[in-house]
Amino acid sequence: MSDYISHDHEHDGIDRRGFLQCMAWAGTGLLWTVSGGVLASKTLAQIAKAGDSLPSATDLSFLQISDSHIGFSKEANKDVTETFRIALDRINAMPTPPAFLIHTGDITQLSKPEEFDTFDEVLKSCRTKDVFYVPGEHDVLNDGGKLYRERYLKSVEAKGSGWYSFNKNGVHFIGLVNVLDLQAGGLGQLGDDQLDWLEEDVKGLGADTPIVVFAHIPLWAVYPQWGWGTSDSERALGYLKRFGSVTVLNGHIHQVLQKVEGNVTFHTAMSTAFPQPAPGTAAAPGPMKVPAEKLHSMLGLTSVQYKQGKSALAVVDSNLS
Amino acid sequence: MTTLTHKNKITALLCGITLLNLSFFAIAGEMKDTDTTTAKQNRIEIKDFAFNPQTITVKSGEKVTWINRDEEPHTVVSVEKQFKKSSALDTDQEFTITAGAPGTYNYFCSVHPKMTGTIVVEK
Repeated sequence: MSDYISHDHEHDGIDRRGFLQCMAWAGTGLLWTVSGGVLASKTLAQIAKAGDSLPSATDLSFLQISDSHIGFSKEANKDVTETFRIALDRINAMPTPPAFLIHTGDITQLSKPEEFDTFDEVLKSCRTKDVFYVPGEHDVLNDGGKLYRERYLKSVEAKGSGWYSFNKNGVHFIGLVNVLDLQAGGLGQLGDDQLDWLEEDVKGLGADTPIVVFAHIPLWAVYPQWGWGTSDSERALGYLKRFGSVTVLNGHIHQVLQKVEGNVTFHTAMSTAFPQPAPGTAAAPGPMKVPAEKLHSMLGLTSVQYKQGKSALAVVDSNLS
Repeated sequence: MTTLTHKNKITALLCGITLLNLSFFAIAGEMKDTDTTTAKQNRIEIKDFAFNPQTITVKSGEKVTWINRDEEPHTVVSVEKQFKKSSALDTDQEFTITAGAPGTYNYFCSVHPKMTGTIVVEK
């Protein structure tokens, strides 16, 4: 697809964008400051070490965690509670604590009350107390998300099956649900009610309002053969086209992938539980066993910074190794 | 990071995206002859995000059992709500129904809706 190799000047089958896509894919913990291309990159560790001005000069810094899968205990990671705890330790060690966390779903493996209990208990160790949630399919397995909604949407004015929006420091955040009422043969789905709401929700906003959308399943076609996409995401993105800066944060695929399309940056986060294979590199998606010493390098979290006056948000992935 | 690695990754991605437009494929499961004289086990294995066999032909009144061999939970849900749905099946968990009136019953996994299957019930 031309999106990946559009300028092959050196006839080596790779161009600048394609190369950068791969860099993002590798999940090397780089800071991406994106505005129609990649302007700068540095690791999260470098920022912390050098006392870089970025955190202090940042108007808003928040953190994305995803796919903690509490309750999973198979070969790919027999102690997902511990790796979740390590991720929280990393957050607590940040020189400037994030204003809040976003959890992009799959809190649990099997939607069991005791799994939610464990998650909540471990989360208490996090210095940052505000957390905004969207559900993953693992959180709504047997009850259509009733338990999830009771526990995690108390502090927001959620509509329908649990979608909502809020404003922080001039940034408009939209949490979407694309894991419920899925149709046979299809992908993730937002549904007409949610899309109608979204259209209304952003109608009154100025085009210079930075938008952050978060949802569990990617809102772009990462790999539909594995269900890694959302069937009606195009309509959602249509309502966001006029905005100068849109950042879309997703989970579900347990690896870092990034795509830039006009003013929209799509980004998927690592899991804190276990990695999954890169698209199409295995018979099926699912927990991927890697050598024990490699596991922590494939788990992680994502930090996002917004500075007023800059059109794009900086997205930084860092792993747990 | 070597160029070769990048090329491989890009090639993989390109292949994936080429297939993208074919994602809504039709289910063309083969009709299998399941005629046996011994007590018959109608078992459907869930493995690698697929129902195997994808289409199974059974007699009315026979039992049909699914077993999940993935490390990922799956469900069995009738598209037309013609039979009770399973709860989420964890690894090695089973779910059994008794085939009802003759006809074609399409089902899917409500967690991973790409996964679809068909039960053909004969008299």
